[in-house]
Amino acid sequence: MEEVISQRLIVSVSPHIRAKEDVRAIMFDVVFALSPALAASIIFFGWRALLVISVSIFSSIASEFFWQRLWGKKVTVGDLSSVVTGMLLAFVLPPSSPLWMVAIGAFVAIILGKQIFGGLGYNPFNPALVARAVLLASWPVYMTTWTRPFDGVTTASPLGIVKMELDQRLPSYLEMFLGNRAGCLGEISVLALLIGALYLLYRKQITWHIPLSYIGTVGLVCFLFERDPLFNIMAGGLILGAFFMATDMVTSPLTRKGKLVFGVGCGLLTVLIRFTGGFPEGVCYSILIMNMLTPIIDKMTEPKVFGS
Amino acid sequence: MKRLFTFKGGVHPPYFKELTSGQPLGRASLPKKVVIPLSQHTGKPAKPIVQTGDKVKTGQLIGESDGFISLPVHSSLSGEVIDIKPWPHPLGHALPSVIIESDGRDEWVSDLIVHEDYFRLSPEELREIVKNAGIAGLGGAAFPTHVKLTPPENCEIDTVILNGCECEPYLTCDHKLMLEYSREILEGLRIIMQVVDADLGIIGVEANKTDAISLLENELRREPGIQLAVLKVKYPQGAEKHLIDAVLNRRVPPGKLPLDVGVVVDNVGTALAIRQAVKRGIPLIERVVTITGSGIKQPQNLWARLGTLFTDLVSHCGGLLGNPEKIIAGGPMMGIAQYTLDVPLIKGTSGILILSEAETFSEGDCIRCSKCIDVCPVNLMPTVIAQHVKQKDWEVVRKYSPYDCMECGACAYVCPAKIPLVQYIKWGKEEAREK
Repeated sequence: MEEVISQRLIVSVSPHIRAKEDVRAIMFDVVFALSPALAASIIFFGWRALLVISVSIFSSIASEFFWQRLWGKKVTVGDLSSVVTGMLLAFVLPPSSPLWMVAIGAFVAIILGKQIFGGLGYNPFNPALVARAVLLASWPVYMTTWTRPFDGVTTASPLGIVKMELDQRLPSYLEMFLGNRAGCLGEISVLALLIGALYLLYRKQITWHIPLSYIGTVGLVCFLFERDPLFNIMAGGLILGAFFMATDMVTSPLTRKGKLVFGVGCGLLTVLIRFTGGFPEGVCYSILIMNMLTPIIDKMTEPKVFGS
Repeated sequence: MKRLFTFKGGVHPPYFKELTSGQPLGRASLPKKVVIPLSQHTGKPAKPIVQTGDKVKTGQLIGESDGFISLPVHSSLSGEVIDIKPWPHPLGHALPSVIIESDGRDEWVSDLIVHEDYFRLSPEELREIVKNAGIAGLGGAAFPTHVKLTPPENCEIDTVILNGCECEPYLTCDHKLMLEYSREILEGLRIIMQVVDADLGIIGVEANKTDAISLLENELRREPGIQLAVLKVKYPQGAEKHLIDAVLNRRVPPGKLPLDVGVVVDNVGTALAIRQAVKRGIPLIERVVTITGSGIKQPQNLWARLGTLFTDLVSHCGGLLGNPEKIIAGGPMMGIAQYTLDVPLIKGTSGILILSEAETFSEGDCIRCSKCIDVCPVNLMPTVIAQHVKQKDWEVVRKYSPYDCMECGACAYVCPAKIPLVQYIKWGKEEAREK
């Protein structure tokens, strides 16, 4: 008996075992799931794509590190969330983005998008999209300069061609599926994004609710208003947004019902902006607007207690 | 393969049942001393009817039940009462206990009443036997069984479910009982069905206990009116309301009892205890307990007398392996961490889990991954409750139904930020009640 009492036993509330998965493991899964799209961006836009992505990731980590040091807070760069933010930000920038703008964007994402609200878990908006919105308002020319894959010749984005009714060839479905078209770094290859998305679904880091309701709504509205649904699903940032941005845990609703509402809302806003707004693309703003509604969606979709 | 019964939510922790499931069911040597708490059940403690210096025999009544929701306690040894005083209890506080020193003879009381032909007894007589035998639910909650067997006037019971899920990791005592006492357990089920006048009996077993399932399938060929339900391996499959939902597709409303949907659920060990009490007149003085974990030399299941100190049971299993960091009464998901091995085995102790390494976690910020909500078998929002508990906003806490939480621990188990959600919810329950 003495041998036990003589040392310290841990006395804590149950459960006494915990799942191995922590926040870092979740973030690692997301990074892993984004890597096919990263590879696609290098294939289609060359090594400059990797440079933009690296600058974005590095600036995100550095912003988080120095901000937390500055305020004497626990440094949490080890949780990899700033890596995810850096990757996602680079993925929503044009391949020709100047590197200084990328670095400013990363700073905005981490500090204005996340840290000023208290860090990971407290940010109301998707940090990468906050940065994209700020950059689009600040440097609209850089943010809307598109280049063709492989040869880097300046061109219009597929959605831009439709919006401005330009006399340019639209990419075929197959080209869009593989990623051979102008667009943001990470959004071009539907195939690469779907591979990553399947991985996240398999690992249960996201559920089907938001992507399916989001993409389904866009497809359905396009069908009803006689626009090409498949083109609208593949041409812009919808696949990237629906699987990797709208599903951001911190800024989307908690319940499955809420996630469906959120996805439908994103879908409606996206087509509204694309078809009637001033911009050819609406994924970024629609997700940011729905982020704003997340608390109220949570409130309205509280689950019913078992048996009631 | 036919579809397995289950419920929505839940988690899949590692089970570690192989530590003990292959070992034979043994019997602990008689201890030199037992400590019998007067409160080993949910409800009012028993009133002691012996005094220091009294000689007692095995099976002798030493504490009377005090009211309807209360139970008697019996001596689990023959010997002398050496003290009646508060003693460390597995539930945390020191509680009044009768301490008996063994005379080494294990002499039983002579007036055990045997009812071979229990089917002649009325429900009232059977209930009285169950109550007088001190039988509480042996699955862990230790609710007095006779109360469960007393449906209110307007309540029709049609089904009795025996709970042999044993979904807690590490524990295998119910599994062992089903293997070695399947007939007696089925007889216990018949007795319960007779008490509550139910036509259907079901034994629910998780699919991982394949040997017990094939054994029961065989036995049940001769038992019309009793069925086997094989359930998906998932925690907390053995939660009473979720077992009913899985097997019968009936949902017990919040704050209601299984009786309200026409069902009685008892643990398989409880059914065996009922059978022993009715057919052999033996009160509840022993149970099977799983002694297991990385910190014990010979993990195994043992029949042990109630009141045996954990330390004696550990010695019987070859002693400790290194220095334990955590000792748990029960399983790792819902069991209670102990600060000493000097606590006695009580009616509800299904396991003694000794962990040589226990992880401690520092709590992070919620990233709203909603995993706790997805796994909650009662559809609560654990992280939302915890968040309001942290703000001490008790009015709001109450709105999120913390009282429907059964503290199964699935939420805290799965939380990637390692937030002790059960701890917050328990705190919330306390504070929200006070005001």
